[in-house]
Amino acid sequence: MRSTKGWLAETGWRHLVGIGMLVFALFPLVFVVSASVNPRGTLTASATLFDGASLENYLKLFSTPTLPYPRWFANTMIIAGATAVLTVLLAASAAYAFSRFRFRGRRLGLLGLLLVQMFPQVLGAVAIFLLMARIKGVFPGVGLGTQWGLVMVYLGGAMGVNTFLIKGFFDSIPRELDDAAKVDGATHTRVFFTIILRLGAPVLAVIGLLTFINTVNEFLVASVILQSPSEHTLAVGLYGLISERLSANWGVFAAGALIGAIPSVLLFRFLQRYIVSGLLRGSVKG
Amino acid sequence: MGLTATGGGRLGVRRPRRPRPADGRTTSVAALAGKIVLLGAVNALAVFGLLTSFAAGDWGIFGFVAISTVIADYVYFSKRVAAGKYLLPGLLFLLVFQVYIVLHTVAAAFTNVGDGHNLDKPRALEHILAVSEKRVPDSPLYRVAVVTGSGGTLELLATDPAGQVTLNGEPVTAGVTRDSTGKATALDGYRTLQLRDLTSRQEEVLDLRVPLGTQGALRTQDGATGFLARPALRHDPAADTLTDVENGQVYRASATGYYEAADGTHLTPGWTENVGFDNFARVLTDTRLRGPFVSVFIWTFVFAALSVLFNFALGLLLALALNKPGMKGRNLYRSLLVLPYAVPSFLSALVWTGMLNQTFGFVNQTLLGGADVPWLNDPWLAKGSVLLVNLWLGFPYMFLVCTGALQAIPTELNEAAKIDGAGPWQHFRQVTLPLLLVSTAPLLVAAFAFNFNNFTVIYFVTGGGPNIPEAPITLGSTDLLISMVYKIAFGGAGREWGFASAMSALIFVIVAGISAFGLRRTRSLEETYS
Repeated sequence: MRSTKGWLAETGWRHLVGIGMLVFALFPLVFVVSASVNPRGTLTASATLFDGASLENYLKLFSTPTLPYPRWFANTMIIAGATAVLTVLLAASAAYAFSRFRFRGRRLGLLGLLLVQMFPQVLGAVAIFLLMARIKGVFPGVGLGTQWGLVMVYLGGAMGVNTFLIKGFFDSIPRELDDAAKVDGATHTRVFFTIILRLGAPVLAVIGLLTFINTVNEFLVASVILQSPSEHTLAVGLYGLISERLSANWGVFAAGALIGAIPSVLLFRFLQRYIVSGLLRGSVKG
Repeated sequence: MGLTATGGGRLGVRRPRRPRPADGRTTSVAALAGKIVLLGAVNALAVFGLLTSFAAGDWGIFGFVAISTVIADYVYFSKRVAAGKYLLPGLLFLLVFQVYIVLHTVAAAFTNVGDGHNLDKPRALEHILAVSEKRVPDSPLYRVAVVTGSGGTLELLATDPAGQVTLNGEPVTAGVTRDSTGKATALDGYRTLQLRDLTSRQEEVLDLRVPLGTQGALRTQDGATGFLARPALRHDPAADTLTDVENGQVYRASATGYYEAADGTHLTPGWTENVGFDNFARVLTDTRLRGPFVSVFIWTFVFAALSVLFNFALGLLLALALNKPGMKGRNLYRSLLVLPYAVPSFLSALVWTGMLNQTFGFVNQTLLGGADVPWLNDPWLAKGSVLLVNLWLGFPYMFLVCTGALQAIPTELNEAAKIDGAGPWQHFRQVTLPLLLVSTAPLLVAAFAFNFNNFTVIYFVTGGGPNIPEAPITLGSTDLLISMVYKIAFGGAGREWGFASAMSALIFVIVAGISAFGLRRTRSLEETYS
């Protein structure tokens, strides 16, 4: 029989911390849910939690002609999805080269990669704008004002840290597996696609997930490159909505925010268990 | 270090199935065909790019496309450069959208490019002269019509006092339609602009000029009458001065990128001028800028350091609390507590802005029962608020990382410490924390670098405000270096891209330096090289 005091010292404090943190973590989310179903839809009215319930804000989101929310949502999914998949491919193949091949300039290449990636693209926004305007004159399909152009800019940041993390993980995949396959006559391409990419799935999932979330979040470069409202992403569009009239648009914004958060949260739920293993194994070799 | 997060625990990696052993002995025909098709497409695209860049006269892109295509073809058809096949695609994107951007920004850091200084010098001069053009006194009036050809650009169809018709200065005779007064109103193959078009394209019409040699140029202001105009300024190429022909005022080319008179007035636009290290020196020499800059500089470090410290401390506390096997509801806690990390942070940041709003916000209105706390409008409270929001956004990440690292600590160590009679606190201080720090250090350095440039939180929560009143540029007390750069480069009045670029380069050096130092200390770099 354990005493209450003993239970408190052993387990109870854990629940206290847990519940306290739950309140902190969840109350903004509860607030958004409440604001999104608030029939009056203003910030003032939203201060009272669950003061009435209606789907009016959601309807507005999909029926206001001046508010192309469905387009923003689709744009964001396409841009973030394409960026995530392509980033994983580019970074994984670079990581494979650094992990399995020995070539001149390898050390220097790794260092240079890390260094050049320390320059956030936000700082180069003006240069990016000028470059994209120039590219528009040669390849109009991927220049200024196009979503594929934006994806290309994001791919400029695909290597760097990602390559580092993936390389760390690939290093921990036993080389004996490659060697065995090579003895069987497999080419390095086959080793890459059938062995390395499969065993490296955890870290690839993490990089894909983080890239997706970061791309959904990216505001500045997207606002510089995408110019017409129907091309905007959620970040650019919803910010515009709020900065225009913070209080009056609050309910519609809350509804849009909730729907916009769903893909990221779902993806996160599916890939969460990979995050820690992927990050730590990549950065600290076993 | 023998630490991995995969050693055990629920967050560990599931072992995937062992892959099928490879069967093909050489590259299969299908793979070869795929390779040829892909490279064919790349080459076709490259040829398209070469043609269009040639037509546009963009030699930089022309050269880049040509060289990179040759390299790509070599790398993918040669058997000798295996590693290159995997590096090239990423490297090309890196070169164009990262390396080139960095170099372009650094180059701009040494110039005064920005509003009023966007042109090179010959174009600025041309512009100044064109703007200064005035009607030559007592010169004949032309009757004109503005027409567009197949290209869509505006051209001037002029009838001189003697009745002769010219199009852009070239005499025309055939295909001219004249009205009753003899004025040419239309020309075959061209469309004449009506009054409505003239108003909507007013600026283009005003810029229209037909050079007529030494006489000057033919211009129009209303699209109906034209006049002979000559610059009111005379350029002297030898002395590089502009002289006003009417009042004799002399404007000299100055080092600041303007034609400047002795009394300090200058002609617009200026041009992009090389200013050396002036942009870098300016934050220290400009006394009005120095104070705000130093406070932004310090706050950036404080913000990044405190963010990492708070987030790590809270994440660790939570990880310790929930790291008890068999604890009830552990999985529920876990999946709910990481929600703030899963929601896109720009959305959460905007939600917090609304909640912390002084007059209408949830925090003041409901939680504090109608209080009037200036969460985002007081310099110190705003600093605290952005740290709080960043804590909310960032603690789940640290919680995940710490949980993984905790589970990777070998159980024998815990046993050994218990046998040695260590209390819980002692155990934490001397065994758990050091081990945890070793395995998470690289991620902490990365988190510092990330928060150093955490544009999202600042821009969406406070916009950098509240503003520092005495600063010569709009700067707020929660501005980080990166949002300061954004304001200088994109802010309302007087965008100074050269100055912003200099600050960008400075941030780059600081972050790279700190990261290199931090990573060297954790020795993780050396390990990754092995």
